[in-house]
Amino acid sequence: MGRLTEAAAAGGGASAARSAGPPPAPLPLSSTSPGCTATMASSEEDGANGGASEAGEEREAPGKRRRLGLLATVWLTFYNIAMTAGWLVLAIAMVRFYMEKGTHKGLYKSIQKTLKFFQTFALLEIVHCLIGIVPTSVIVAGVQVSSRIFMVWLITHSIKPIQNEESVVLFLVAWTVTEITRYSFYTFSLLDHLPYFIKWARYNFFIILYPVGVAGELLTIYAALPYVKKTGMFSIRLPNKYNVSFDYYYFLLITMASYIPLFPQLYFHMLRQRRKVLHGEVIVEKDD
Amino acid sequence: LFVFNSPPSRPAVVSAGSPVPGTVSGARSQRTLVEILDAKTREKLCFLDKVEPHATIAEIKNLFTKTHPQWYPARQSLRLDPKGKSLKDEDVLQKLPVGTTATLYFRDLGAQISWVTVFLTEYAGPLFIYLLFYFRVPFIYGHKYDFTSSRHTVVHLACICHSFHYIKRLLETLFVHRFSHGTMPLRNIFKNCTYYWGFAAWMAYYINHPLYTPPTYGAQQVKLALAIFVICQLGNFSIHMALRDLRPAGSKTRKIPYPTKNPFTWLFLLVSCPNYTYEVGSWIGFAIMTQCLPVALFSLVGFTQMTIWAKGKHRSYLKEFRDYPPLRMPIIPFLL
Repeated sequence: MGRLTEAAAAGGGASAARSAGPPPAPLPLSSTSPGCTATMASSEEDGANGGASEAGEEREAPGKRRRLGLLATVWLTFYNIAMTAGWLVLAIAMVRFYMEKGTHKGLYKSIQKTLKFFQTFALLEIVHCLIGIVPTSVIVAGVQVSSRIFMVWLITHSIKPIQNEESVVLFLVAWTVTEITRYSFYTFSLLDHLPYFIKWARYNFFIILYPVGVAGELLTIYAALPYVKKTGMFSIRLPNKYNVSFDYYYFLLITMASYIPLFPQLYFHMLRQRRKVLHGEVIVEKDD
Repeated sequence: LFVFNSPPSRPAVVSAGSPVPGTVSGARSQRTLVEILDAKTREKLCFLDKVEPHATIAEIKNLFTKTHPQWYPARQSLRLDPKGKSLKDEDVLQKLPVGTTATLYFRDLGAQISWVTVFLTEYAGPLFIYLLFYFRVPFIYGHKYDFTSSRHTVVHLACICHSFHYIKRLLETLFVHRFSHGTMPLRNIFKNCTYYWGFAAWMAYYINHPLYTPPTYGAQQVKLALAIFVICQLGNFSIHMALRDLRPAGSKTRKIPYPTKNPFTWLFLLVSCPNYTYEVGSWIGFAIMTQCLPVALFSLVGFTQMTIWAKGKHRSYLKEFRDYPPLRMPIIPFLL
């Protein structure tokens, strides 16, 4: 620790757009340390757990700007605009559905294709980190996107009986607002023209959205448990020729339990980020 | 003579050496004043006056411990720049870019534990844990299986191989390896033991399970895999011995390893870290022998980690030795 980085989402080339002028370059802040990289990496889950707009860590020496090629800048700008648009479309579709039907039942089914498309597309963010056009660590980005992919494909898509649960709407709303904020933040940063309210939104919405999203996700997984147990889905039993077994039910229980250590870490990390970026507080990191 | 206020405690002033009788005044004026500051808070922690210019960082660390006994030398990181790299114990004061006053920045590396302790603990665990599953100790499998024995030969072979592997590692830790670092951070022991013990338990559970399924191609597969395992274990041991002979006892010198008369060491022609190559080979052999997916996953994770280490080692070799053999790859001949 002691290295300062700013938590920035995997989808953005925020560092490229960090200008010398106002707003002041956010102080880099680190929450990763050599010894606990694994823990912290997995704790960098962002909107996967609802509200945190941070998807990862940027490593940047104070004052040094990343030089992004023109192609990378153009691509990232396009990517972030596209994702902002996609999640906006989702948001509008959800609002319209509720206005027309007056109920949340059937809402997931109506938006599922769009949701799956844009959320799966976010896998590209891992590639962005791999090729270095986004300064976030691959592991951090990977964990975040994976947790979203897990919720979408391995829970809501695969376990049909829970698709009309209220908890699904809960996390969908949290994700939607988070992602619109996050991607527009990156878009504006890349264009070197970040309105303060976007920055404000990014560093304040999570306070509510994050717990809301986590609640939605946990309640959804909880609702799915009986069906998983009954059908034995995604599970392998002994004996089999690869001498392995896997019980999806227990896997889900462990996943739910893992939220307990991870959520507070991420949440407090976000709070620290917020204090730094919005209030310019200098926080001396704990030494290892 | 050096007095100032620095909360919470006054920095200690330690005289490093008494004047050598008969020295010319010029030599005495070369003695350095060493001040040690906290790297984060810049608080002055300690003054060492009259330090001999040829003093090493190790000696300075010992002096610093005298005034701050809670920071034993192993947990001190001293550097010239608060954000810079740690100085080595062997570095000599006068060879560093310092004037008559050397300012060193101190960082606490945290509680340290010796490499030997970590290795012994992390290897003893799997040895013991695997045997718990092999003997089908109660509360693992159903009660009717308690203390029963598998009817498959390969299961007994697997136990012998796994146990041999970890006994070999323990003995190598005690008698073969020469460590360049004495200690590592304490938290590493928890991380490492979780990894080794966890995987050992996971593998052992399936291999020794009453419902274990022997390999698809039967005795042929087992024999071939066993041969791979044994060859790679011999290879790994040969490399460890060769590396040991490269470095005299108590020294931290680094030399380029070369093939010896032992054919197993000829792999040095093609890779920088053949010990890792053979280690991966051993586990692949074990995976094929047991046809157990968790073993394959363990091999994969181990391979990933060892590749990272091998690449790092390869890079340091290249940096340190201009004449490093160009044909060598880090871990897999020609490929990786």
